[in-house]
Amino acid sequence: MTADTSADTGTSADTRPTDRQDERLTQATGLGGAARAQLDRLRAGDLGVVPVIGGLVLIAVVLQLLNPVFLSSTNLVNLLLESVPVGMIALGIVVVLLVGQIDLSVGSVSGLSAATLAVLFVDQGQPALVALLAAVLSGTVIGLFYGFVFTRFGIPSFVISLAGLLGFLGLQLYVLRGIGSINLPFDSQLVYFAQLAFLPAWLSYVLVAAVAAGLLLTGLSRSRERRAAGLSGASTTFVVVRSVLVLVVAGAAVAYLNTARGLGWMVVLFVALVLVMHYVLTRTKYGTYLFAVGGNVEAARRAGIDVRRVYVGAFVTCSTLAALGGVLAASRLAAANQSTGTGDVNLNAIAAAVIGGTSLFGGRGTAFAALLGILVIQSISSGLTLLNLDSSFRFMVTGAVLLLAVGVDSVARASRASHGRG
Amino acid sequence: MTAPATAGPEPAAPGTPGDVVLDLRGISKSFGAVAALTDVDLDVRRGEVVAVVGDNGAGKSTLVKVLSGVHAADTGEISFEGRRVRITSPADARALGIATVFQDLALCENLNVIQNLFLGSELRGLRLDEVQMEVRSWQLLRQLSAKIPTVHVPVAALSGGQRQTVAIARSLLGDPKVVILDEPTAALGVAQTAEVLNLVDRLRENGHGVVMISHNMEDVQAVADRVAVLRLGRNNGTFDVGSTSVEEVIAAITGATDNAVTRRRVRSREPRPTDPPVPTEETR
Repeated sequence: MTADTSADTGTSADTRPTDRQDERLTQATGLGGAARAQLDRLRAGDLGVVPVIGGLVLIAVVLQLLNPVFLSSTNLVNLLLESVPVGMIALGIVVVLLVGQIDLSVGSVSGLSAATLAVLFVDQGQPALVALLAAVLSGTVIGLFYGFVFTRFGIPSFVISLAGLLGFLGLQLYVLRGIGSINLPFDSQLVYFAQLAFLPAWLSYVLVAAVAAGLLLTGLSRSRERRAAGLSGASTTFVVVRSVLVLVVAGAAVAYLNTARGLGWMVVLFVALVLVMHYVLTRTKYGTYLFAVGGNVEAARRAGIDVRRVYVGAFVTCSTLAALGGVLAASRLAAANQSTGTGDVNLNAIAAAVIGGTSLFGGRGTAFAALLGILVIQSISSGLTLLNLDSSFRFMVTGAVLLLAVGVDSVARASRASHGRG
Repeated sequence: MTAPATAGPEPAAPGTPGDVVLDLRGISKSFGAVAALTDVDLDVRRGEVVAVVGDNGAGKSTLVKVLSGVHAADTGEISFEGRRVRITSPADARALGIATVFQDLALCENLNVIQNLFLGSELRGLRLDEVQMEVRSWQLLRQLSAKIPTVHVPVAALSGGQRQTVAIARSLLGDPKVVILDEPTAALGVAQTAEVLNLVDRLRENGHGVVMISHNMEDVQAVADRVAVLRLGRNNGTFDVGSTSVEEVIAAITGATDNAVTRRRVRSREPRPTDPPVPTEETR
């Protein structure tokens, strides 16, 4: 289906949609057209999330062959719950990476937030909500501080957050001084939420159906709006098939999880935040500004964007999500101690964002990178634990996967450049 | 002012001489001890392309910056559509209707054409009106007869000429009266240069006043109606392109009629085999 080249663009009455009139465009219409366009994109190196999903499938197959427990519903339920705290942190890292900066201190910030929560809630006897808000706000304040130092003094974010990595680890130890470890009571809402709160089966199906229906309705109304404005819209078949696909795949996954404990509320919270972040990044002015600043700061500034506010916003989002991740980690563990947020938390969060396809150089990435990346990392961790391999192997394998993921991205970038897809 | 030949702001524009939109009188701008602009005059009419040419350091860039509000002039008057105005910031210039396309274009390569066109002036911030923005993008591009196949690709995928097109289209978003192009063809190949020059023509047809900074005399000859020459920060004559030879303009740029460039032009224009003693090998 190529364009009829006889049409003289612009002069004759062209019945094709406004954005499809150039004779150099292949006229991809309908379901086949959508599939073909997607294939072209892949071939040109615009891989998007395809390598991560491929990698995830590969990892799952290998680990399942090595230990049949890996894909059991019980293990997957746990795997998903385990993914959430660091995944939350990775979601913030995606935002900071988008503006071309880095935050190396997310682990310390999450640890400090966990310690703050535990001290306020257990030691001081504050209500859970107050402790939670204070802990999360501590992250917000840290983000504001980073943003201020970065935009005011122009210190590289690498250095600022390296200082923060040390400083806030110290603060965490100071908050916990003389205590070492604080256990959160098992009957508290926080621990219940992170360990025991699962959706009833019927509600999980309703949720999946709602998401699919939402996708269908927004998809249809969008293509109707586009057609009304004389642009090409996605074909109805394509929109319907896409929604049905989501319904079937997500429905099957949830049904499988429901054979064990089911879908945790914490997982729902994480996925919901990923979706909200996706909306912000792709459908709002602020999201465009994040990409613009990451792509070309000077151009963004000249376009009248308040670049400082964009930077500050990115740092605040990242630190706040890191603090939220710390709260969830403490709740999941039912304890906060001196090692919460230390060790591999930092690097796993950053690795997750990068494995998921976020560029370290700014301007490229999606919210789903955090979700998919942390699933890769957590799958490796869970699989190797099942194989009775200790963390030495986990570090080595995760390191190799990170290198592989960035390698795939670099090759894809070269291909993108030669195919002119930036 | 050392005004040669046809200097002065007489209404020499051929074809459709519109009213004067932008009028600069006696603009001066110093940076410390360096007088970048001294007593410079320039006027632009509707539907007219005025080329500003000059050697390196002649003050072209400073003039652009004064017009676009990056630098405020020290002294002098600026009138816009007959009113005295002050331009002290880029926002002032934009509000008046003076749009500037800088040489580096200032596009975000990772964003697509629509996002670049509307960067900083998106429609509906919390739920971007992508449909309206795309429709408007196509209108702008069609208005320029731009050859961009799709607006959904990142700008990195476009050629130099197409990027220039996007940058110019973006400047038209605020419906400006005057468009200033800073070296629009400097980094472009032959075909792309032609594309951009067509664009300049299109701007003129649409009734914009265009100020085109250029180094390239061929481009100037191709699209400009008048040429304003700057030399060492001063006006050095305004020429009507239709009735002026390149040599005269170059003479005004360099400040001398007798130099290597003009000599070669003269030689190549009149290749007379009848005077062998002309020292052609003298330069070796």
